[in-house]
Amino acid sequence: MTDLVDRQKLSYIAAQAADARLNVELETEGMTLNIGPQHPATHGTLRIIVRLDGEQVVWAEPSAGYMHRGYEKLTEVRTFPQVTALVNRIDWLGSFANEVPFILAAEKLMEIEAPPRAQWIRTILFELSRIANVSLFLGDLGVQLGAVTPVFMAFRDREHVLNLIEGATGGRFHPNFDRIGGLKDDLPAGWIAETKQVMKKLRNFCTEIENLLFGNEIFQSRLRGIGVIPAEVAKQYGLSGANLRASGVDWDLRRDQSLPLAYDKVDWKVWTHPDGDSFARCWIRLQETRESTLIVDQLLDQIPSGPIMAKVPRIIKVPEGEAWVSTENPLGEMGYYVVSKGDLGPFRVKIRSASFNNISIVPWVLRGVYVPDVISILASLYFILGDIDR
Amino acid sequence: MLAVDLPYWAQSLLRVLGGTVAVLLPAGTIVYLFLFKMMSFMQSRLGPMEAGPYGSMQLFAEVGKWLQKEDLAPDGADKRIYRMAPLVVLVSTFLLVAVVPFGPDAYFTNFDAGVFYMLAVSSISTLGILMAGWSSANKYSLLGGLRAAGQLIAYELPMVLAVLGVVIQAGTMNLQQIVVKQNSDSIFGWDGLGNPYILTQFIGFAIFMIAVQAELTQTPFDMPIAESELVSGYMTEYSGFRFLMFFIAEFATAGVFSLIASVLFLGGWGVPFSWFGWDATTGSVDNWMNVAGPIIMITKMMALSGIIMWVRFSYPRFREDQLQRFAWKVLIPVSLLNIMLTAILKVAF
Repeated sequence: MTDLVDRQKLSYIAAQAADARLNVELETEGMTLNIGPQHPATHGTLRIIVRLDGEQVVWAEPSAGYMHRGYEKLTEVRTFPQVTALVNRIDWLGSFANEVPFILAAEKLMEIEAPPRAQWIRTILFELSRIANVSLFLGDLGVQLGAVTPVFMAFRDREHVLNLIEGATGGRFHPNFDRIGGLKDDLPAGWIAETKQVMKKLRNFCTEIENLLFGNEIFQSRLRGIGVIPAEVAKQYGLSGANLRASGVDWDLRRDQSLPLAYDKVDWKVWTHPDGDSFARCWIRLQETRESTLIVDQLLDQIPSGPIMAKVPRIIKVPEGEAWVSTENPLGEMGYYVVSKGDLGPFRVKIRSASFNNISIVPWVLRGVYVPDVISILASLYFILGDIDR
Repeated sequence: MLAVDLPYWAQSLLRVLGGTVAVLLPAGTIVYLFLFKMMSFMQSRLGPMEAGPYGSMQLFAEVGKWLQKEDLAPDGADKRIYRMAPLVVLVSTFLLVAVVPFGPDAYFTNFDAGVFYMLAVSSISTLGILMAGWSSANKYSLLGGLRAAGQLIAYELPMVLAVLGVVIQAGTMNLQQIVVKQNSDSIFGWDGLGNPYILTQFIGFAIFMIAVQAELTQTPFDMPIAESELVSGYMTEYSGFRFLMFFIAEFATAGVFSLIASVLFLGGWGVPFSWFGWDATTGSVDNWMNVAGPIIMITKMMALSGIIMWVRFSYPRFREDQLQRFAWKVLIPVSLLNIMLTAILKVAF
C-alpha cells in the first residue's frame, strides 16, 4: 500500500520535473542592448545597459563617466573667482545657475553678503537660466516621443532668453558673470522692458506646448502611468527638483531655505503633482517654467537701486573653513561643499549635481518597462550629461 | 483609344518608362514640397535654400551624395539578403503603380482583380523590411524589423476591410471600373456630383488613410523606425545608395498609396462634375482626358500626401502595444461594421 502511494508520488514528482524541464527549455535567452554612449536618446554620452526579454526590460544599469572632466579636481588649482568659469560648464543649458551656489558658499565663508540689487539680478538671471534650460526640455520631449515640431518652437523662443542673458552678461552659454560679493556689471539700459516682453512670449510658448503636446491623446497615453516613482522611493534615491515634486513631495529649496536671494520677496507657488509618473514630471516642469516667468516679472517690478558689488578686497583670500550651500537649480538640488585653507583657491570642492542622483533611480524605475518607455522615462527624468559627469 | 498604333515592344518600353516616372516624380515632389519645405515652414525655418532656386535642386544634390558613398555591409550581416532587401521594398512600390489608372486609356495594366493585386503586392514590402531587419546583424535593426513586421501585418487587415466597402459599392475589383462608377453613379438618386466614395464611404476612407499611415511607418505609427530609441530601426546599418532606395521607396509608396486612395475614394482621374469632359448619360469620355487625367491624379495625390505628411510632422508616436491595440480593437471592428452597413444599404437600394 505504502509502496503504491510512494510510486504515485514518484510519478507525480517525475511529471513535475518533466514539466519543469520543459519550462526551462522553452525559456528564451535575453538580449543585452547597449543604449549609448552614442545614441540619439541619451542626448550626450550616457550609456545604459539593458537586458531585454522581447521588448521588456529585465534589468537596466546606467553607466556614467564617458564625459568626466574632473571639475572637482580642477577647482583645486584655480583661484576662487576663476572657478565660476569652470562650473558654468556643468549644466550647460542653465549655466548661470551653476555659479550661484558656489559664489554663495564662498561668500558664506568670507561672511559678506551681496547688496540687494545684486541679489535681485542674481535671482532674475537664475530664473532666466531655468527658463532657458527647461524650455529646451519641453521641446526635446516631443522629439523623444517622435514629434519633431515642438523642438523648433522651443529653440525659437529659447533664443530670446539667451539673447537676454547675453545682453546682461555678455555670454550666451557661459556667462561667467557672478562675482564674490556681487556681480560683474549692472543691467544694460532697456533690458528690463525687453525682458518683460520676452516673458510674455515665453508664457505664450508654454501655452503652445500645452496645447500641442500635453493635450495630445497619444502624448498622454505614452506618459500617463509610465515610470511611476512613489514619494518614498524618490526620497530614498535622493531625487530632487521637479522629479521629486512630481511624486507629491512639496520640497523646493528656493522657498525652504533662506539664502541671500530674492525669492522671499515675491509671491509664487511651488507646484506638486500626486501621480509621480512621467506625465507628472513633464507637467511640473511646464508649470514651473510659467511660474518662473511670473517670478521674473515681479522681480523686475520691484528691483531696488544701489551698488551691485559689496566691499571685497582686490585679491580674494577666503578664510579657513568649510561651507555647504545648495540651491534649487533647473535640474534639481545643486550644492557645493567648499573647503578653504585660507589660500587663493579652494582646498577641496565637492559638487553635488542634480542629474547624477536623478539617474541613479534608473535601475529601479526601468525594471519591467518596454523599450519605448525607456526613452520616455529617461526623457521625463531629464538629465544633462555635463551635470552627471562633471 | 490612342490614335497611334505602337508595336508591343514600344508599348512595353513606354509603360516601363511611364512607371518609373510615375514612381520617381511624385516621390521627388513629395520630398521637396513636403519633407523639405512644408516641414520647415511648420517649424519656423527655411529649409534648404542653397542648391538651386529655393533649394529646389537639393534632392539632386542629396542623391549625388548618396550615390558617391561606399556600399558598406556590416561584418556579421547576411550579405546577400542584406543587399537584396532595399530592392524588394522598392520593387513592391513599382508593382503597386502598375494597376493605377491615370486616364480612360492612360493606364499600365487594366485587369479585373486590380484591388486584389494591389493589396497583395503592397505587402511584399513587409518582406523586404523584415529581411533588412534580420540580415543587418544589429540589435536595433532586429527590433525595428520585428516591430515593422507586426505592425504592417496588423494594419494590412483594416486596409483590406476598408477597401472592401468600396468594392461592394462599385460591384467590381477593377480600378478603372471603380473610377467610372464613381463618376457616373448617383448618390441616392442625385447625380450632380457623381458618386465619389469619400462621401458614402467616409469611414472606409478614414480607416484606409490611417492604415496607409501605418503601412508607410510614418508618425504616429513610426515605431519600426523610432529614431529616438532604435536609432533608425531596420535602416540603421544602411548607407549610400541602399539607404537611398529605402528613402525613395518610403516616399514613392506614400505617393502611390495616395494615388490609390484617390482612385478608390476621390473619383480617380475624373473630376466629379459631368461637364468636365465626362458624359454621364452615354458614358463616353473625351480623348483629352488622357492628358488631363494624370494632372488631376497628381493634384489629388498631392492633397492626400499633404495630409499624410501634415500628420507626420505634428504627432508623437504610439507605443508598439498601443498601436496593435488600436488596429485590432478599434480599426478592425469599425471597418467590419462599415462593411455590414454598406452591404445592407447596397441590398436595400
